[in-house]
Amino acid sequence: MFRKTLFSFVACFALAAAAPAGAQALKEFKIGFVSTLSGPAGGIGSELRDGFNLALKLAGGRLGGVPTEVLFGDDQLNPEMGKQLAERMVRRDRVNLMTGIVFSNVMLAVWPTVEQGKTTYISMNATPTAISGKGCSPFFLSASWPNEAYHEAAGHFASTKGYKNAYLIAPNYPAGKDATSGFKRGYKGNVAAEVYTKLNQLDYAAELAQIRSVAPQAVYAFLPGGMGINFIKQFNQAGLSKDIQLVVPGFTSDQDIVRAVGDPMIGLFDSAHWSYDLENEANKRFVSAYQKEYGRIPTVFAEQGYTTALVIDAALRAAKGNVGDAAALQKALRAAPGNVQSPRGPWKFAANGTPVQDYYLRELTKDAQGRIVNKKIGTILTQHVDFWAKECPMK
Amino acid sequence: MRPFLLPLVLLVLAGAFPFAMHAMDQGFYISFATRVLIYAMAAASLNLVLGYGGMVSFGHAAFFGAGAYIVGILAVEGVTSAWIAWPLAVLVAALAALVIGAISLRTRGVYFIMITLAFAQMMYYVFVSLKAYGGDDGLSLPARSQVGFGIDLRNDFTWYFLVLALLAATLYLLHRLVNARFGRVIVAIRENETRAAAVGYPVYRYKLVCFMISGAIAGLAGALIANQTNYVSPALLHWITSGTLMIMVILGGVGRFWGGPVGAAVLLTLEEMISGSAALGPWALHWQLPVGVVLLAVVLFAPQGIAGLLGGKRHA
Amino acid sequence: MTWILFLEQSLNSLQFGLMLFLLAAGLTLVFGIMDMINLAHGSLYMIGAYFMATFAGATGSFWLALPLALAATAVVGAVLEISLLRRLYERDHLTQVLATFAIILIANEVVRIVWGPQSLMLNAPAGLTGPITLPGGMQYASYRMVIIAVGAVVALLLYLLVTKTRVGMLVRAGASNREMAIAMGVDIRRLFTAVFALGAALAALAGAMLGPILAVEVGMGENILILAFVVIVIGGIGSIRGAFVGALLVGMVDTMGRALVPIAFAEIFSPQAASNLGPSLSSILIYVLMAAVLFLRPQGLFPARG
Repeated sequence: MFRKTLFSFVACFALAAAAPAGAQALKEFKIGFVSTLSGPAGGIGSELRDGFNLALKLAGGRLGGVPTEVLFGDDQLNPEMGKQLAERMVRRDRVNLMTGIVFSNVMLAVWPTVEQGKTTYISMNATPTAISGKGCSPFFLSASWPNEAYHEAAGHFASTKGYKNAYLIAPNYPAGKDATSGFKRGYKGNVAAEVYTKLNQLDYAAELAQIRSVAPQAVYAFLPGGMGINFIKQFNQAGLSKDIQLVVPGFTSDQDIVRAVGDPMIGLFDSAHWSYDLENEANKRFVSAYQKEYGRIPTVFAEQGYTTALVIDAALRAAKGNVGDAAALQKALRAAPGNVQSPRGPWKFAANGTPVQDYYLRELTKDAQGRIVNKKIGTILTQHVDFWAKECPMK
Repeated sequence: MRPFLLPLVLLVLAGAFPFAMHAMDQGFYISFATRVLIYAMAAASLNLVLGYGGMVSFGHAAFFGAGAYIVGILAVEGVTSAWIAWPLAVLVAALAALVIGAISLRTRGVYFIMITLAFAQMMYYVFVSLKAYGGDDGLSLPARSQVGFGIDLRNDFTWYFLVLALLAATLYLLHRLVNARFGRVIVAIRENETRAAAVGYPVYRYKLVCFMISGAIAGLAGALIANQTNYVSPALLHWITSGTLMIMVILGGVGRFWGGPVGAAVLLTLEEMISGSAALGPWALHWQLPVGVVLLAVVLFAPQGIAGLLGGKRHA
Repeated sequence: MTWILFLEQSLNSLQFGLMLFLLAAGLTLVFGIMDMINLAHGSLYMIGAYFMATFAGATGSFWLALPLALAATAVVGAVLEISLLRRLYERDHLTQVLATFAIILIANEVVRIVWGPQSLMLNAPAGLTGPITLPGGMQYASYRMVIIAVGAVVALLLYLLVTKTRVGMLVRAGASNREMAIAMGVDIRRLFTAVFALGAALAALAGAMLGPILAVEVGMGENILILAFVVIVIGGIGSIRGAFVGALLVGMVDTMGRALVPIAFAEIFSPQAASNLGPSLSSILIYVLMAAVLFLRPQGLFPARG
């Protein structure tokens, strides 16, 4: 009885399924977009999505002139959920490309499904060292930044500022480990303590008490999304901000966090691969279009989503849509950054598929209109190549 | 005649299913159906304690997850033979059930519910703490287990039929078990424990053995689910998973032989139909809403479950 | 470890324990009096927090929004009891578990539809965003101090309500011997609805007070709910005093475990492994505690039934 129902239900689906892709130009380009769109970190996924959608809209819904369909899925920061969504997109919907994942633990769970399904993945955020070092693959590219880079830049900055000892706090998941190892590569001072919290922990009372007793000169906090909002709020509530300098990666002091925390953010330093006030035409176009569309200043995540769409656009255009098989798509994608006017300025892919680009120092200040914004005050790393690129056997 | 007819028809339909899907170029649904078969096994094992034995275990995910983790950990350590990993998964799950059952079965009623929940949560946190095996992030398996004889389980067809065969064998054993003296005693204990004890049955031992068999089967289902997704995570042991298995049993029919499998199939199909539906658009994200409403309706108005509505007989 | 650190962690455990008590109090009354396992109690905690975020946004005042959120959640609780849960009192525990599990699923999705999938951020009330200096020169977040004060006052009021008033007498009578209470002519239906609404309001209070420290999100009630069950099982089902002791105990084990275990293991394991062991070990310890109590004293530390 039941099986019959399932059977007929599945049959309906099968009849509606699209025709398989051939070697000629695609009639439609399908993108699977799995992201964290709910919960405390849901803001990150929606920034990525909004940036991506903006570029898609400006391209008239046709990346590289090919009608583009995007299937969205919310992984809820649950690796298993992400894996299920990816399996459906790869095997049932037969997407040409996957993207969108925010968190590295989800990325690593999804990765075997994507790779074994011979589907190319272009990351707009999570770029764990596990798939950019020894485990690199032609199926994985990243248009954001290697997991360690932001933190390496922040470490450099902390050293030049002369902070003698720093307390590191990060969530206990692959990117958290990447973050502390990146920071320690750039930082020459003493690491007072290295603490990992449960991913999505929101109450930092215990850690703040420990920070008070360790009394470091600086605290480096890699806490994305709502975790960062809560940490900064509670850091101030506990009265630690007077004596201890907080240093964060760019996304933990970006517009989404500023909206939630407000004035206590002023004076914070951070590292990022992009800033809203970068002086280039593409950036001005992006920032004003984004503000017009969504009524807010974009974050680094929005830029990552936007640039990812630009890369796909350029790749499809250059290949004239002849990207039916994965190798052709990958070749076109790898060459694409050279043809892209990206808001972050010029960049290219390293051998391991991660971006080679600049990282800036930004400071949170009030602009002429009284808004709290991230102002670029310097460049920390120039055309920085991912540390792990040298371990990747691909050339 | 009839008792043979239903399983036979189901088996034929289940056997034909992957070929139909393959013909329609819908390999995804072979994989989906395999998942249904595995959860059918897990739900059937829970039904043995919950339905037949009347023991409301709120920690069944512990055995399911333990079986999965044994396969996962062994695979990462390089032991990929199914002949070693799967029996070990069953054994460990059975042992876990023996220990947890031996302690929990001394309590009754609501305290039994709570103590089984406590043990499952304990095991959940044990696997969360095992950072060497992924901790919170879960563990990706390098590949499916190997059975030898030139059989390649990476092939979705082969894998489906192996799971189907194991499910059929398990259901056959369960059928024999519940219709044997053992099953009748278990049901008698459920109906009136004092009387069963007075008649002279060692009640505690019967319940414990029942609990252990159930845990062992859940362990096998766990070993299979680890191979199915090539991924294990502590979420497999979370109380929400225990609750989901209970939902399957209730939907299908508590203490009805087909209750577990029917419930698993209905729940997962409902989930897949709604959450995977393109037609529903953003509403597809809210698949838990109709599931909740259906569950509430079944609990309130059709406590005998779907198998009950279809007229299956409850063992009494 | 310095005594200042110890003191701060003690305050943290007290703060967490008291909030856990607010959640457990309603749960234990419903469990004790109606003999009902209500998994949906965590949903009331979540709904309370969402009401709080909404009213705080609309009125612009934390302290104005708080009573509104409590009242609204109490109404939701009463409606839930009258329309649905009332039918479950006479059913077996399995039915109760599953029906209230279904309510969790429904509540989560309804909240997602009404408030959207992203979590809401609630700010601490104005004037409580900084630290205060305690006697002895120690600094502590003023908002956490307020949580402790609110929790302590509510616990005291609840104790007085249960032990000194007529309503409390009926509640105690219901918890220790329901049949007798009915036989004595207690209007049990109205009492049940009132108790349920009170429990809902207490859950909402916990959700609202914790909102600025955590995030207001779908599913926020699910893990803390299980902890609340641990609390009432340890304390003894139906006993307010037991819930209080149990909550403080669980709060202490959880906070101290997270704080101390990583320090203790820092020498042996990598920081990552040590950080991971802390919360896991303290969680495991909590459940070991519960299993031990169930095994040795199934009625809990302070049994309500005579």
